[in-house]
Amino acid sequence: MKGDTNEQTLLKGLANNDSKAIETIYKDNFNMIQNFILNNSGSYDEARDIFQEAMIALYEKAQLSSFTLTCQIRTYIFSICKRLWLKRLQQLGKYTNPVDGFEETVAIEEDFEEHEKRNAEFAIMDRALNSLGEPCKSLLEGYYLKKMDMIALAAEFGYTNADNAKNQKYKCLMRLKKLFFSQYNIGE
Amino acid sequence: MDDILLLDAIERYLNGEMGTEEHEHFNQLRKNTPEIDQMVVEHNMFLHQMDLYTSHRNIKCSLHEIHANLLNRGDVNEGGTISSKGKIIQFWNKYKRVTAIAASVGGVIALFISGLTVYFSSAVTDPKLEQLGKDLEVVKKNQQYQGTIINEVKTKIPLNARLLSGGSGFLIDSKGYIVTNAHVLKGTGAVVVNSKGQEFNADIVHIDLQKDLAILKIKDIDFTPVKTIPYTIQKSNSDLGEEIFTLGYPRNDIVYGMGYLSAKTGFNGDSLSYQIQISANPGNSGGPVFNKNGDIIGVLSTRQAQADGVSFAVKSRNIYTIIGDLNKSDTSLQPIKLPTKSALKGMERKAQIHKVEDFVYYVKAYGQ
Repeated sequence: MKGDTNEQTLLKGLANNDSKAIETIYKDNFNMIQNFILNNSGSYDEARDIFQEAMIALYEKAQLSSFTLTCQIRTYIFSICKRLWLKRLQQLGKYTNPVDGFEETVAIEEDFEEHEKRNAEFAIMDRALNSLGEPCKSLLEGYYLKKMDMIALAAEFGYTNADNAKNQKYKCLMRLKKLFFSQYNIGE
Repeated sequence: MDDILLLDAIERYLNGEMGTEEHEHFNQLRKNTPEIDQMVVEHNMFLHQMDLYTSHRNIKCSLHEIHANLLNRGDVNEGGTISSKGKIIQFWNKYKRVTAIAASVGGVIALFISGLTVYFSSAVTDPKLEQLGKDLEVVKKNQQYQGTIINEVKTKIPLNARLLSGGSGFLIDSKGYIVTNAHVLKGTGAVVVNSKGQEFNADIVHIDLQKDLAILKIKDIDFTPVKTIPYTIQKSNSDLGEEIFTLGYPRNDIVYGMGYLSAKTGFNGDSLSYQIQISANPGNSGGPVFNKNGDIIGVLSTRQAQADGVSFAVKSRNIYTIIGDLNKSDTSLQPIKLPTKSALKGMERKAQIHKVEDFVYYVKAYGQ
C-alpha cells in the first residue's frame, strides 16, 4: 500500500524540518500513542518520550535519499513506538505482553537498528561536546551547529580578530575529534 | 600550528572554498600522501557526524516546542484522570498511617536539626568567599531595547528600572514558586526567564539572609501552572562522594555542569551547606544541585576564591525549613507544597536534563 499524496507531502515537510508538517503529524498521531503507553503501565512523560523518539526515527528515515514509506505514517509510528516501549519495559525488568488493541503493525526491525545506531552516535557526540568545557563548546556550536561566521563569533566571544577565533576554533575542534573518535572507534 | 594549517586546508577543500589551482595542488597532495588522504576522509566523516548531530538536536527542539504548543491549545492532554486511579487510592489507604508516622518523625527531626543549624550557622561575610550572583551591567532599560531587538523578546522589566543582579532558580511548586539565593535578589523586583527564553514577572515572597535562600512567586498571566515537577527535594543529608550535577545560567543559555560532593560542611565548617567540587561561575547562584537520581540536594551559592572548583551549596533541607516558616507566618499565601514524586531515577543524564531544564529559571533582579 503506497501512502497517499497528502502523506507524502507531510513526510517531505518533516524531512525539511517544517514545523507545520511536523505539527500535523504530531497532532494526528500523538493521542493514539499516549493511549497505548498509558494502557501499558506507562506515564504521560514516558508517552511523550517514546512518541518523540519515534518521530525522530521517522525524520531520519524521511531524510534518506532512498526513502520510501510503504505504509501509512500512523502504522509506521505505532510500530516504532511499540518496539521502543517493549525495549523500555524489558530494561525495567517488567516485561509484559502489551495490549495493543487492533492496530496494524509493519516490520521495522532494520529501521529500528539504524535508529539505535544513530542514537548512539548522537550520544557520543553529545558527551564529547559537553566534556569540552567553555568556551570551546559554545565556539564550536556557534560555528558548526548554528553556522555563524567567524567574524560574528569573534565579536560574540570577544576575540580581537576573526583569525584568532579561527585558530582557537581549530584547537577546540582537534580536541573534540579526539574525544569523539576515542569513543566512536571502540564500537559505541 | 602545522596541524591547524592542515586542518584549515582540509576544511576549505571539503567546503569547496579553494581556487582551482589550489584545489588541483591539494588533490595532488592527497594522492601522494596517504596520511593526508586519510585525514581528509576522516574529517569529512566527522563533519557529516556533526551535521547529523545538529539536525537531530534541532528536530528534538522542534518536537519539544510543538508538544508545548499543542498542550497549550488543548490538542494534547496530559493529566486528568488516569484509568488506574483506583489502585493508587487503595495504595494510599494501605500506607496512610505509615506515611503519617514517617512524616511526623521526619518533621520533628528536621525541626531539631534546623534549630541546631541556625544556632551554628554563619552568614556569608568572609572575603575568601565569592557569591555567584551575577552583577549585571548597569544599563538603563531604554538602552536595553537595542539588545532586545536581536532576541526578539520583549522584556518585562519596568521601563525605569535597572537590572541589578542575576542568578538561577528552580521551581518547587507547580503554582509558580521558585527557590533561589537571597544574594541573587539585590533589588525590589525580579523577572524570571525559562530555558526557552520566555520572561515572567515574579514577586519576592520571602528572603532568609541567614540561610541565603529566597522564594519568588511567578505572577504573570503568560505563566501556565505546570502539571508535575519531575524532581523531589531531599530532606536527608547526602553522602561524601555522591555524584552531582547542576543547571544554571552563567550565560543567557542554560549550562550544565557535573561534579561530586566533597565535604558535609561548607566554608569554615558551616553546617548549613555542603562543599562540592564543580565548576561554577557567576550566575550559577541559586541553581539546583541534583544527585544522580535527579533529586535536589542543595542550592548552589558560593565558591571559594583562589581555589579551583571549590563551591558550596546550601543543603536542600533548609528549603523545607523556610517553606515551613513561610506557610506558618504568611497565611495569605496558598500553602506551598513541595514536589513528592521523582520521575528521574535510573534515567540517562541527558534525558534527566531534558526533563528538568524547563524548571530551572534565569533570575534577573531589578531596582530603581
